[in-house]
Amino acid sequence: MHKSMTALALAACLSQAAPAVAVPTQEILRGYESEARKESASFMPSVTRGESLFRTERSTARGDKLACATCHTNDPRQSGITRAHKTIEPLAPVANPLRFTDPAKVEKWFGRNCADVFTRSCTAAEKADLITWLLTIK
Amino acid sequence: MTISTIKARRWLQTLTLALAAGISGALFAGDHDGDRILPPVDNAKWRAECGSCHLLYHPALLPERSWSKIMSGLERHFGENAKLDAATQQEIAEFLATHAADRSANRRAQKIALSTQAGQVPLRITETAYFIRKHGEIRDDVWQRKAIGGKANCTACHADAEKGNFDERAIRVPR
Repeated sequence: MHKSMTALALAACLSQAAPAVAVPTQEILRGYESEARKESASFMPSVTRGESLFRTERSTARGDKLACATCHTNDPRQSGITRAHKTIEPLAPVANPLRFTDPAKVEKWFGRNCADVFTRSCTAAEKADLITWLLTIK
Repeated sequence: MTISTIKARRWLQTLTLALAAGISGALFAGDHDGDRILPPVDNAKWRAECGSCHLLYHPALLPERSWSKIMSGLERHFGENAKLDAATQQEIAEFLATHAADRSANRRAQKIALSTQAGQVPLRITETAYFIRKHGEIRDDVWQRKAIGGKANCTACHADAEKGNFDERAIRVPR
């Protein structure tokens, strides 16, 4: 009896969609920093490099310019919009506390967007720079 | 004829009329709302992943082979990288295949499926003969309106497009 009750309770817990456990942004940032230090031991994240990465433009084959800011707007506190008309929640944690709190989501979007905007992967150092800059925005 | 017989006859007439209206109403509703509206479908990953960049295009808007090709080329998805992890990609691909136009009993879905010739694999809903036929009267300048912004933005005119509702009576074309 007791066993089956435990099993039932366990089943009930498992069947519920597990809420994504939010990871503090600082922890995600420290992860990228330590990864970057494996490449360069003296690495320190830079606000200036972070902002400059965000605004770096590339000319596309279609002849238009593409940057992070193209979809996220020039002000990361503002909502952006995708090419397909969907709202993008603000990038800056001050305006969107859920931003940079889900490591898998962060990696997914760095992976896609760096490929689109820079036609390459971003380095751990670049990711640390960008998050560091976004955290300074008040 | 007594007054009570007349009353009874009138009552019967009214009842017959009401019944007839009820039955035809049910048939009408069955035809329009049961078959014109694509079947309700849902999948949490489809909603979250596809829906973060664009509106939720109902799986019955394209045949299974189209979804299969789209889902196997997510790294170059209409000019953008939409790469997913393998498990999520697989789950969404199966969901889309299960509810694809050519696997649906829905009338509108079947028309969409039949409008694409065997061997053709349209990657855009707007490439299907069904879409082209249905939107023939829309001028280019209408598509270009700011509130519409192109053929991909179904919800601009079909407010409930994400629920598979493309009923002509519900179309509102923004100015």
